[in-house]
Amino acid sequence: MNRQSLIEFRQVTKTYAQGNTSYQALKGVDFSIMPGEFVAVMGPSGSGKSTVMNLIGCLDVITSGEYFFQGVPVSQLDRQQRARLRRQHVGFVFQGFNLLARTTALKNVELPLIYRGMGKRERQLQALEALDKVGLLPWAQHRSEELSGGQQQRVAIARALAMQPAILLADEPTGNLDSQRSMEIMELLYSLNREQNLSIMMVTHEADMAAYASRIMHFVDGRMDSDQPNQPVLASHPAAENASCS
Amino acid sequence: MFLSMFGNALILALQEIRHNILRSVLTTLGIIIGVAAVITMVTLGRSATQQVTEQVASLGSNLLMLNRGQGFGPGRDRVSAPAFKLEDVDAIRREVAGIQAIAPLSSSNATLVVGNNNWSSSIRGSTNEFIVAGNWTLGEGREFTEDEETRGGNVCIIGRTVNSELFASQGSALGKTLRVGRYACTVIGVFKGKGQTSFGQDQDDVVLMPFPTFAQRMAGSRDVHQIYVSLEDGIDSEHVKSRLTTLMKERRNQTSSQNFSIMDTAELSDALTNTSRTMTRLLGAVAGVSLLVGGIGIMNIMLVSVTERTREIGIRLSIGALEHEVLWQFLVEAVVLSSLGGLLGVTLSVGLSFGLSLLMGMPYVFDPGISLLAFAFSALIGVLFGYFPARRAARLNPIDALRSA
Repeated sequence: MNRQSLIEFRQVTKTYAQGNTSYQALKGVDFSIMPGEFVAVMGPSGSGKSTVMNLIGCLDVITSGEYFFQGVPVSQLDRQQRARLRRQHVGFVFQGFNLLARTTALKNVELPLIYRGMGKRERQLQALEALDKVGLLPWAQHRSEELSGGQQQRVAIARALAMQPAILLADEPTGNLDSQRSMEIMELLYSLNREQNLSIMMVTHEADMAAYASRIMHFVDGRMDSDQPNQPVLASHPAAENASCS
Repeated sequence: MFLSMFGNALILALQEIRHNILRSVLTTLGIIIGVAAVITMVTLGRSATQQVTEQVASLGSNLLMLNRGQGFGPGRDRVSAPAFKLEDVDAIRREVAGIQAIAPLSSSNATLVVGNNNWSSSIRGSTNEFIVAGNWTLGEGREFTEDEETRGGNVCIIGRTVNSELFASQGSALGKTLRVGRYACTVIGVFKGKGQTSFGQDQDDVVLMPFPTFAQRMAGSRDVHQIYVSLEDGIDSEHVKSRLTTLMKERRNQTSSQNFSIMDTAELSDALTNTSRTMTRLLGAVAGVSLLVGGIGIMNIMLVSVTERTREIGIRLSIGALEHEVLWQFLVEAVVLSSLGGLLGVTLSVGLSFGLSLLMGMPYVFDPGISLLAFAFSALIGVLFGYFPARRAARLNPIDALRSA
């Protein structure tokens, strides 16, 4: 292997215990993701697609199997080490945005940098840069509760970008948005992947959204059903559209 | 490393306080009210105790009062018992040691008239020694002369209330004529004020005449109603009391029963101080309960806000906060809010208890002990209940914390 994979899952399972009963969300999953990929994870609800993402982001721990992040065996890290890995390398975008409502866009984007211990000037600069990338520079001083859904999601993306993560994990990022806003968000993610070589893993159940990715995984009932490369289809990018004509 | 971590926690905590003003104010308000209520109540209790002590002291310390009858209470007839005589006073002076001053006292009420002004007051007939025994001080003017004391004279010394009611518009009352009932006397002195007794009686509403003058013009008899005996410093009042009792029984031809009583201001003082100490304890208990209730209020707000903030904790964890960083933030927040509330509470209580004691005419005594205690207690509750629920939330898997909203 001349290039190290970013993420590697080997026979990963995840079981949730609920009282006396237990529920197996993942039943042994293998895959690896290389840097610079844009992976869409699809599947019906309960198929285990969100579980995969939470495990990758160290928001949750695997039950058995092995998980390597940039070659590091995550299953052997303790809680503190997982948190450090998350804060160094993983950016999150959630369906529900998860911004601090009464806090300005800028402060929200700065937050992860504060936890990294970055100085005030440097982190403001980096946060403003990230807001600029998502086209929200003029809204930097607005409180996030004053912004529209699409704008909030872009603030969340800026927050993830500001961390300069190794991978951006997006859980149904367009789930709360109308189709116009959804397209805008997807185009943003697409261009971040193309132009900044940002690795992205996105969970979605909409084929329209998955169509922007370079690789699509299908999960059914806790197992991987299919894993195929994809030619992105982009309505507003004529070049991409032409390239994908076949 | 530690400094920067703490600095970050401070920045984040202050930011959260500022962005959630209403929640912060509500949390702080609970603490403010708890602290202020406790301190105010205890301070007022202490002030009342001090006031009672001061009032008893103003009666004259080490003072024995001989009254006819069997003292206070139902079935204890004071009036039908025979009065004392001036000779009793002389006999006591002769035969009992350790007496600083002894004075006969008779009183009645009369209407005072100066020009067009009327005022009803208590008239007393006694001697210069009454001034000593009763702990009075002359503000201006003079005492009675020896001649006035023994043979009587149309002179009187007035209390502060009488002075202000009747002579306020005339400058000094000295040398002015005061009509007492149907007789006139010349004002030769004005007492300094002593204030109210703890029973609400104005001690300054008084006119003092030489005993012979009072006996002749007001009472029409030489009966002595009361005898004031003040003791020298360091004299055992119990010993003097028993000497007095023996002597008076003998003089009043009584063997078993006794138709007079001796009141001791030291005893009275003890009794009153005990009463008000009990009151203070009662207030303290009420205050304790309200501190507890205040504490539960603080607890509630803290618990509710942490539950409500579990999602916030999830967000912070998911974007890279470590568990202890979230905890530090919540701890700093709780400390800042609790101590701010505590300080405001102490400040408020100082204002409140000062105002209230002024309103009730009591001396204001700042009590650093209870202030510190109330402050520490509510700050502790604020910190505990800000910290522990936050710790529970920060230990969740971030995804569970995020889902809890």
